[in-house]
Amino acid sequence: MDRFLFLTVDGLTHGAVYSAFALALVLIWRGTRIVNFAQGVLAVATSYLAYTVTGRSGSYWLGFLAALLAGLVLGAVVERLVMHRVAGAPPLNAVIVALGLVLVVQGVLGMIYGNQYLPFPAPFDRSAMTVGGVPLVSRFDLFVFGTVVLLMIVLALLFTRTAIGLRMRAAAFAPSVARLLGVRVGRMLTLGWALAALVGALAGMLVIPTGLGLHPTAMDTVFVSAFTAVVVGGLDSPAGAVVGGMLVGLVLSYVAGYLGAGTAPLAVLALLVVVLLVRPAGLFSGPQARRV
Amino acid sequence: MAAVGESGSAQDAEQAGLVLRAIAVRFGGLTALDDVSMHVGPGSVVGVIGPNGAGKTTLFNVVCGFVRPHAGRMAWDGAPLRTRPHRLARLGIARTLQGVGLFDGLSVLENVMVGATVSARTGFGAALFAAPRVDRDERDLRRAAMECLSGLGVADAAGRRPDSLPYALRKRVALARALVSRPRLLLLDEPAGGLGGADIDELATLIRSLPSRPGGGCAVMLVEHHMDLVTRVCDHVVVLDFGRVIASGTPEQIRDDPAVIDAYLGTTVEPAHE
Repeated sequence: MDRFLFLTVDGLTHGAVYSAFALALVLIWRGTRIVNFAQGVLAVATSYLAYTVTGRSGSYWLGFLAALLAGLVLGAVVERLVMHRVAGAPPLNAVIVALGLVLVVQGVLGMIYGNQYLPFPAPFDRSAMTVGGVPLVSRFDLFVFGTVVLLMIVLALLFTRTAIGLRMRAAAFAPSVARLLGVRVGRMLTLGWALAALVGALAGMLVIPTGLGLHPTAMDTVFVSAFTAVVVGGLDSPAGAVVGGMLVGLVLSYVAGYLGAGTAPLAVLALLVVVLLVRPAGLFSGPQARRV
Repeated sequence: MAAVGESGSAQDAEQAGLVLRAIAVRFGGLTALDDVSMHVGPGSVVGVIGPNGAGKTTLFNVVCGFVRPHAGRMAWDGAPLRTRPHRLARLGIARTLQGVGLFDGLSVLENVMVGATVSARTGFGAALFAAPRVDRDERDLRRAAMECLSGLGVADAAGRRPDSLPYALRKRVALARALVSRPRLLLLDEPAGGLGGADIDELATLIRSLPSRPGGGCAVMLVEHHMDLVTRVCDHVVVLDFGRVIASGTPEQIRDDPAVIDAYLGTTVEPAHE
């Protein structure tokens, strides 16, 4: 039972990060109908920047802030310079371009920082605190949870309670209608990418300390998990992404805990296949679910 | 039209409202519009009629910047109009779409709020860092949208999704969304399409009231199949056929014009005379 509790908490912590990362994928999908396969590598790039800034300044939080700002800028730049050109083209074009971006960024990062794992600091103690005699949750886990919850509240407020959020949603639902109403759709898309890359950068800062360390491919498995979460929740549904992320986190934790860590990646793929077979539009798909 | 000579820019500058001069649009080998000129003055209601495929919607798309004309000039309040769609709202021109064109993913109130965001100035930075101004802006939008919905008698539907409303109400919400930015020119694309008799009566009353709307009158350019509505609300009617203006005048003049009868109603009129 203690083990089950521990695995549940561990699963939810990882799941929170997958949720955030999945949310970033949904953000871009809703606006552009593109699955941003480059999102993992963008988050790695911003984490490397945080590594450098923290190393030079000695302050973790300065690095943390630098990563978030870099995410915002990087997202906007990638949209303006690269993805903008494949908007409206067949979907495969965007996929190929994104995968190309993955190779380029991973290559460049490898050239600058080397292809070995670098130690990446966590801002809080990662050893589990004992609750009622059971080692359960670490300070870092609480930090991860708190940050993701805060992020979700801010995003929800941004999209439902501000004029700019409303415009972003309008631009995503029907671009040409939104344009007629004075919405600068292109700008909204750039903003969406910037925001998504910021969320991705945040997720990178939260998940890399729990893995082997910083490496150009450090976010690859996280991306697969988040992608599974998005498919589980439905590409169009922010709530689905959050629940999907938690679900994937739990499944991975139980499988790794009870069947051995090596089986976890297989379990993600198995989950992906099952969802695609049973409910391809996702558990929380809106219009499809309402179709009569 | 009074001035002599080819150079029309000087006279365009003197004319308020929307001026179209010799507009031509071709899609490949097909001529959609050819030498179309018209004027929508402040406070006037101008109808554009014609058979299917005559180029009516293309004309709207030219004004909105969705389609670039191959020849001709447009002016709005004396300044050349070469706009892109998102700038139109800022210039005081609003448009409804054929059918409904509401955002089904947003509530009725939110739909109308998007129409009102033209005036909202809050940037992304301020929104992200939750400046107090954001909250005020959002409340202003909400109030303006709500007032507009009440004005059109659909305030009760504010919280609902557009796709859950009857068609006539959805069309009214679309009108509210176009009017909430207080435009000075409203382009109506087949507003009566799919509506029944009582709804069309209300629509006619509404359109007639727009030029004298409190807080700034709104001129109307109306594309419509429904002949009865056009004759009831328009001051001036332009008839298109195969992309060309074949007649232009008051509804009465248009009704009696043999070229219009021939193009619009077909030859079915001929046997009636025998």
